[in-house]
Amino acid sequence: MVTDNSDNWLLRVRGLTKIYGDPISNTIRYTGPKYGTNQCPETDAIVACAEIDFDLFHGEVLGVVGESGSGKSTLVQLLYFDQESTGGDVRFRGFENGDVNLLTVSNQKKRYIRNHLMGMVYQNPRDGLNFKFSAGGNIAEKLLMAGEFHVGRIRDRSSSLLERTEVPVPRMDNAPGSFSGGMQQRVQISKAIANNPPLLFLDEVTTGLDVSVQAKVLDLIRGLQRQLGISMIVVSHDLSVIRMLTDRTMVLKNGRIVEAGLTDQILQDPQHEYTQLLVSSLL
Amino acid sequence: MIETEKFSRSYNYGFIDESTKKEIRRKILKAVAVPGYQVPYSSPEMPISRGWGTGGLHASLSLIGPDDVFKIIDQGSDASVNACNLRNFVRRMTDCRTTFDTAEATIIQTRHRITEEVLTDKQIIVFQVPQPEVLRSVERYEFKTRQMHAEADYAKMWVSLYESYVKFGAIMQGAGYPVKVNKRYIMTPSPIPRWDVPNLSHSDTLHVFAAGREKRIHCVPPHTLVEPLEFEDIKFMVESFDGIQCSVTGGTDAFMDEIYESDGDRKHTINDSNFMDKVRVGIRPRQRLFKNPA
Amino acid sequence: MNPFLEVINLRKEFFLHILNDKKIDALEDINFSMNHGEIIGLTGKSGSGKSSLMKCLYGTYLINEGSVMYDSSQYGKIDLAKATEHEILRIRKKELTYCSQFLQVIPRVPALEIVAEQLIADGVDEGDALEKARSFLNRLGLPEELWDAYPSTFSGGEQQRINVAQAIISEPRFLLIDEPTASLDVRTKDVVIQMILDLKKSGTSVILITHDAYTLANLADRELKLTNGRIEEAEVATA
Repeated sequence: MVTDNSDNWLLRVRGLTKIYGDPISNTIRYTGPKYGTNQCPETDAIVACAEIDFDLFHGEVLGVVGESGSGKSTLVQLLYFDQESTGGDVRFRGFENGDVNLLTVSNQKKRYIRNHLMGMVYQNPRDGLNFKFSAGGNIAEKLLMAGEFHVGRIRDRSSSLLERTEVPVPRMDNAPGSFSGGMQQRVQISKAIANNPPLLFLDEVTTGLDVSVQAKVLDLIRGLQRQLGISMIVVSHDLSVIRMLTDRTMVLKNGRIVEAGLTDQILQDPQHEYTQLLVSSLL
Repeated sequence: MIETEKFSRSYNYGFIDESTKKEIRRKILKAVAVPGYQVPYSSPEMPISRGWGTGGLHASLSLIGPDDVFKIIDQGSDASVNACNLRNFVRRMTDCRTTFDTAEATIIQTRHRITEEVLTDKQIIVFQVPQPEVLRSVERYEFKTRQMHAEADYAKMWVSLYESYVKFGAIMQGAGYPVKVNKRYIMTPSPIPRWDVPNLSHSDTLHVFAAGREKRIHCVPPHTLVEPLEFEDIKFMVESFDGIQCSVTGGTDAFMDEIYESDGDRKHTINDSNFMDKVRVGIRPRQRLFKNPA
Repeated sequence: MNPFLEVINLRKEFFLHILNDKKIDALEDINFSMNHGEIIGLTGKSGSGKSSLMKCLYGTYLINEGSVMYDSSQYGKIDLAKATEHEILRIRKKELTYCSQFLQVIPRVPALEIVAEQLIADGVDEGDALEKARSFLNRLGLPEELWDAYPSTFSGGEQQRINVAQAIISEPRFLLIDEPTASLDVRTKDVVIQMILDLKKSGTSVILITHDAYTLANLADRELKLTNGRIEEAEVATA
């Protein structure tokens, strides 16, 4: 069970759906894991994700696993407003106490929510960082958006964030293009947490990094969670990342949740056929 | 090119046809109503290339009437080739009087300067603008810059100022320093030097910024607040000409040109040619001088 | 008196879609109850279902039938077979600790920090937590030069000590511990037994799995023997 009657949620998602192309009334019915496809048989519309229901609790880390094309990245991009949802209802306690469906608020308010109340770390640092600006400038962007117009204070805050994420502070004024992949990822994390958001999205953050660098980034994320109590949604195809970081996990296939539960339960007692296949493929 | 009598008579008054002039006037009114907002306009063909002052001509020729007195400067000078040619063109197309005297003019078209002499509520100043989109340096897509203006999302602009400070120890934007108009839109004041930027704020004059190539008009109406972007601890500064004297007139406290002699020496002269002429004969027109914060 | 834990008609099967819908019966007809402060030893051959039962109690395995009535300090009497994920997470966080046979930790975290981690999460001052972790590792005889090393590089016995220390340092209310004394030398075995007995004194209830007769005899109040997924006999062992 992914949802919960308890009222302690931070983010409550119901019926979140994203369809590319022109859907017809049967599009959702004839796609999904049962049919093994995202594509509507009649109109070629693609159902990236559909009917996603879940609750994220305060301080909780929720994992999202699935193969590429399962809709897991789309899911967080919809929640971070990188893409426009086709339908659904998303409540967020950080914004007007969760009384408003985030998907229907104005662009300006969405931008406010993105910059003040949420953070996102993308798989590709180029999506999260502006490579034309320095590492410090990237962090400054977030702080400026939050109304901090004092260069001295911006630089103090940026240095302490970079220190926190173990990026050498003297490199603050260098362009992220000159950094290693792991360091770029840590700068991205600094930027994402610059305004102390209560909610952080992590989309395949360790994919493509060396194993040793991966471990350091994972440790950093866990430390942030422990010390700052940030709630997180962690998207990964890597089950060991999910095992290390998350309390609960949702398994996505063809844009639907096929199974959800406690992470150790999903990994050790998977119920759905697809999850069993996924877990049995674990190295 | 436009020498014959036949030529000037075969065109409408002010070269542009009446309905197009009307359209441009309406766009200027709209720009006045929304200070700092870039209004798209038709930008009709002119007998000069786009990017050589067509926007300025559109605005000037739409606003001008037979009783107006026209002045045009280029980098402060009434005598540059471009200014002379455009002046001749406007005179032939409108039969207006033209002048070098800033105080006498009713419409002043300019490239890259505001006159040193304070303008009045009887005057309109028209700027030739090469790039009206202040955000172009930080965002290459037009649909995105429009969205950023609509949502007042100016963080990237601020970051570029921050970056300039970090790299050079000062905000190095020399010309076209970004300003916030009426606490809403950020706009470029066309590439005028920082020296001129404070004079946009709460001026008695209407400022019309027209970009012919980019087909945009934006305005700063009289008595409108214009604030250069600055940080709490890093303030906007104008160019400093402390202790520098004009080598021709001995005048000080004006925007100076730096001239290198063939022997490597450096001299300064007042940039605004009409202002310099007045100082030379002992008249000191009224100026608004901005004091840099200590 | 209210039993601390009461397992009623518990059944667990595995349904393996990927092996042509193969069905494996793991546990059947499990009935037992447990008092506050009791230590129960689960025994049986490998494959008899000891670890499965423990994982059913912890929530790692979903229970197919039956109920697990647990007397929670936070929720009162609660059926763990029907509890929500968040209820189980809260119980795990505050009351219930599971210590598996194998150490699973984040790579590149030093041993001492791993042991102290739960205490710090519980709000204990970091200095005090590290101090307590040092004394635990000291008692368990882990050489001091290993305290700052990463446990993934340790030998089986060394990892086992970290594992045990990590599980019992925060004095859980209910401890599930799988083979705590396997691969330990006799001296350390006694230390671990003593540590768990100390826990019991402070009120902890324990279910432990062991193959070791010595550990069972010295630690458990009672033995539950599993054969082929069923409880064979429940007898009172003499402590």
